[in-house]
Amino acid sequence: MQYLDNVIFLILLIAGFGLFGKSLLKIYRNIRLGREINRSDRKSERWETMARVAMGQSRMSARPVAGILHLFVYVGFVIINIELIEIIVDGIFGTHRFLATIFGHTFYNFFTATLEVLALLVIVGVVLFFIRRNFYGVKRLTMKELFGWPKNDANWILIIEFALMMAFFTMNSSDFILQQRGVLAAHGSFPISEMTLVPFLEIFSFDNIFLEIVERGAWWFHFIGILFFMNYLYYSKHLHIILAFPSTWYANLDLYGKFNNLESVTKEIKLMMDPNADPYAAPAEGAEEAPSKFGAEDVFDLNQVQLLNAYSCTECGRCTSVCPANVTGKKLSPRAILMKTRDRLEEVGRNIDKNGKFEDDGKKLLNDYISKEELWACTTCNACTQACPILLDPLSIIFEMRRFLVMEQSAAPQELNLMMTNVENNAAPWQYNQADRLNWAKD
Amino acid sequence: MDFTIKTMADYAAEGKSPEVLFWVGCAGSFDDRAKKITKAFCKILNKIGVEFAVLGQEESCTGDPAKRAGNEFVFQMMAMTNIEVLNAYEVKKIVTACPHCFNTLKNEYPSLGGNYEVIHHTQFLKELMNEGRLKIEGGSFKGKKITFHDPCYLGRANDEYEAPRMLLEKLDAELVEMKRCKTNGLCCGAGGAQMFKEPEKGKKDINVERTEEALSFEPKIIATGCPFCNTMLTDGVKHFNKNHEVEVKDIVELLAEAEDL
Repeated sequence: MQYLDNVIFLILLIAGFGLFGKSLLKIYRNIRLGREINRSDRKSERWETMARVAMGQSRMSARPVAGILHLFVYVGFVIINIELIEIIVDGIFGTHRFLATIFGHTFYNFFTATLEVLALLVIVGVVLFFIRRNFYGVKRLTMKELFGWPKNDANWILIIEFALMMAFFTMNSSDFILQQRGVLAAHGSFPISEMTLVPFLEIFSFDNIFLEIVERGAWWFHFIGILFFMNYLYYSKHLHIILAFPSTWYANLDLYGKFNNLESVTKEIKLMMDPNADPYAAPAEGAEEAPSKFGAEDVFDLNQVQLLNAYSCTECGRCTSVCPANVTGKKLSPRAILMKTRDRLEEVGRNIDKNGKFEDDGKKLLNDYISKEELWACTTCNACTQACPILLDPLSIIFEMRRFLVMEQSAAPQELNLMMTNVENNAAPWQYNQADRLNWAKD
Repeated sequence: MDFTIKTMADYAAEGKSPEVLFWVGCAGSFDDRAKKITKAFCKILNKIGVEFAVLGQEESCTGDPAKRAGNEFVFQMMAMTNIEVLNAYEVKKIVTACPHCFNTLKNEYPSLGGNYEVIHHTQFLKELMNEGRLKIEGGSFKGKKITFHDPCYLGRANDEYEAPRMLLEKLDAELVEMKRCKTNGLCCGAGGAQMFKEPEKGKKDINVERTEEALSFEPKIIATGCPFCNTMLTDGVKHFNKNHEVEVKDIVELLAEAEDL
């Protein structure tokens, strides 16, 4: 019976990480449903971008208030996870504050004190975020597209983080009192706990056994809470804490103005313009097959980076708040484009889970999730991509879907059809004669 | 025009090649308002003796609006035709007063076989100024309030924010920045082929939103660097009945005015 704790701990640990791994594999499988895209060029630039944008948070400063609060939570989260190593070792081997033996007295004191300060900053961050999100009325955080799960999800994240930090302080405070009483060996320094919870707990003059239960309780809560939170990520927009890294690594490094040229079209046009080409020739042996589709109608037609983007979006709405179409009241919201892409991809994933492979469900990303009206409202100005703190690219999805509408369905608005006909026939978007191009010089 | 505009064909006939090809663009060729921008630019180049040519009847739409509407076929057809012409004349350097042409020629033509040095007219004028070939004195603009609207396809798409501002500073005017400027700039509403269709339903039109912001600074002039922005903001100013008080002008027009051209 002596090792019951350790066994339970180990089982929970393995189950928690196992489940999490399973979720990650599912995400990986879903992302791979998309078209392949070569984004492993310019490696050093990619590492640099990831370090600067994802680790260095370089884009968060554009909104200073949210930026600084986010920094509190981010730095706190990253460093407090070192604590997780200690929890795991202590849990498996039944030690107490294992890192103290490795770090030595002075450094361990410094370490625990730093964690306390960071934990306090995390609490400040999440409390202010909660107020800002629910009572302050920041427009991008109270828009209609967030009603329901997205809004609740955001609040749950904040509540869980708050609870985890409180458990951390409760654990430290009871530990500190027990250390003072000589029940536990003295390890660590807890300045914040000493100032806040310790005096509060002292009022009640709890006995040692009660405090030990509190300390262990908070420890277990903290541990199980972390496992829970980790597994919650899969269902949450909070996946960005992991996927921001690959998303920034695989980000588009070209200038915003450069849209890709479809190679399959280039081949066709070259053939068309080549006077020696035989239009009836059979394709050469081993020639690549023409792509089944131009543009994107469903998630399968998007590329893997676009699908990764959909999972990485944390729905902060910076993109939508700068979108000229959205700020003037049109239906388009770049954030909603990513959210809907993820919703559809998840639906496809569930379909595969159920049937073993994707069975046609009569739905598509286009029309069933994203309407033409949204797609046609985009001015391709790139304000959304410029605003995204983790370099996601909702515009590329809009663009691919427009390509599908125009090249597969001929479903452009009538005025655009006119414009395109003019370009094709008169070499200008208006119906002027190409021979009149230099008339201005004669005026 | 009181001087002759030469074409690439003219130069080729003389066995010469110009310093730079001026890509006029569809708006610059056909739109009555944009034609004034085209002429102003030509006057400046002519005055300082830059040897330039246009393609004239051999120029076609770059394909930008078709591409952004999603029609890759029409885009590439235009692009390939243009590239054949440009390569036949062995064009090295292209300047254009339209950020959409600029972006497409610069970023999307290379992978189709069209590699040129492509610059926006504000960049070219800045270059000429740095070389000492262009001198601007801004007498008539002294102290006038000017605000500059960043074209998306020059600014955000191609990271050029400084060239237009540097030219405006030479006018000795009082340059005021809108809150949404540079990387935070707001689109005029014309990009992505929106110029050619009615906007989707909303609370207001994008050009009205943008003009409202510009007018809130009570400028004398709203400066632009794009024929489409120019049209959108001109319409916006008319919407607010301010067209007798506020002018919408391309930077090159302001420079030509300062030089009394």
